[in-house]
Amino acid sequence: MYQVGNLVKELSDKHGRMRESLMPILQGIVLKHNYLTDEAMVEVAKELDISAAEVYGTASFYTFLDTQVKGKYIIRVCKTITCSMKGKSDIIHTIEEMLKIKVGETTTDRQFSLIETNCIGWCHKAPAILINELPYTELTPEKVSEIIKDYMQK
Amino acid sequence: MEKKGLNKVDLIFENIEPKEVLIKAFKMSSTEIIQNMLDSGLKGRGGAGFPTGLKWKYTSAEKSPEKYIVCNADEGEPGTFKDREILDRVSVKVHGGMAIAGRAIGAKKGIVYLRGEYRYLLPKLMIELESFHKMIKEIGYEFDIEYRMGSGAYICGEESALFESIEGKRGEPRNKPPYPTVSGVFNKPTSINNVETLVTAMMIINHGAKNFIQYGTKDSRGSKVFSVSGDTPTPGIFELELGMTVRQFVNEFGDGDTKAVQVGGASGFCVPRKKFDETIIGFEGVPTGGSMKLFNSSRSMYNVLHNYLDFFTEESCGQCTPCRVGCQQLLLGIEKVKKSEVKSTYLTELMKLADTMKIAAKCGLGQSVGNAFKSIVGNFREEIIY
Repeated sequence: MYQVGNLVKELSDKHGRMRESLMPILQGIVLKHNYLTDEAMVEVAKELDISAAEVYGTASFYTFLDTQVKGKYIIRVCKTITCSMKGKSDIIHTIEEMLKIKVGETTTDRQFSLIETNCIGWCHKAPAILINELPYTELTPEKVSEIIKDYMQK
Repeated sequence: MEKKGLNKVDLIFENIEPKEVLIKAFKMSSTEIIQNMLDSGLKGRGGAGFPTGLKWKYTSAEKSPEKYIVCNADEGEPGTFKDREILDRVSVKVHGGMAIAGRAIGAKKGIVYLRGEYRYLLPKLMIELESFHKMIKEIGYEFDIEYRMGSGAYICGEESALFESIEGKRGEPRNKPPYPTVSGVFNKPTSINNVETLVTAMMIINHGAKNFIQYGTKDSRGSKVFSVSGDTPTPGIFELELGMTVRQFVNEFGDGDTKAVQVGGASGFCVPRKKFDETIIGFEGVPTGGSMKLFNSSRSMYNVLHNYLDFFTEESCGQCTPCRVGCQQLLLGIEKVKKSEVKSTYLTELMKLADTMKIAAKCGLGQSVGNAFKSIVGNFREEIIY
């Protein structure tokens, strides 16, 4: 859990208080806190003067606007065909071993979440993952364990 | 004339003086620009292939003080990554193409809808956009571009779903008509074009329609950027003249053991080895937004199809029943056939379901699931069953 504080107001000042401002505001919250709490969505609804159900309805449509608790670093492993052909399973296995979590789970210290995602547009450099917004490509188990190690020390 | 190899072209990434091209374009009237596009035969590079000149003509004909150019950079089709590369390397041409399109249809405002997966590009694009706005001002032209981000929904690449998303709603496709040229984003006349289409349009202004039509065929003019992946020694992005056969493509990019090529991504068609010679890559054969995936004989086509159906089941927006339930049933269906829980003739029933989806689904997503399904099951039936 996190406190939204003034963030919703700041984002609304920046993006406006129209219906079309909703996505940039939700994206702004997720950029900072990685997922949307019920409180945050209610706050946004108040600020934009729309129903909280509208906010939740919109947020829950988009996979990158998570409404479940997520860690500080969200690891998204591409599972679409080329990445799948080029060793995605080994990548997932390596990450699961390192973080002691399964796909779909978040570490107890709330540092990492591991999820599978659909094509992220790096098929020519498969397998690929995103950690938050940064892509990492042409991965091997060795390479990915180095990357995760770096994040663990952050 | 018999073409032997593949003709590599350098148009999209070619070095140009963007300012000069824009000055040239802004001296033209709306009608002149549109005529150039019509003469060039340019068709949309996102996959659907609607003639760009016509789209601009229709939007231009609408009487509205407010119109929009939307750049579709929600590149979500599995196996496509050319738009990312284009935005990364030559964003000025994307922005320039939007300004030219704006001139053609009478729009002063452009919106780029960039998929959330490419957010890492945004800081760089913002800097490049600022210099673009400065350049436009220097020329003495008024055009403003804004970036909007997606948040991981394949369906938002569908034009009307994309508009809904820009408007802050769930990305659910609208009924058509009205078409975007009449009522698009914020219910204003909108021309929505793919990233590559806009760049190509700018290059047509630069080189002239006459030069452009020297490349390609009657139905597929010019060149196009292909995203090549899968079982190939040379994956990557290649700009090639249109009109080649799958055979020519495989000779260049295959690993010597190519069994099938999936042209156009998960929503495209699977071409088996026996049809390599007769199949042309383009609007006269199998169209593609650029996605070309090669599979060699070590790959199970059941796994390929399963992966695609899993993709569609997740990415279907769920709004219409034929797509929501159809995707699930196709996926469950092939699993049952594989486990011998049902007779293999069940595949015939599933083929009929795919046909129904083509007719009954509301948007392009549901309508095109049958493309991959029918071409893979049709050509690799044994691999699905055993």
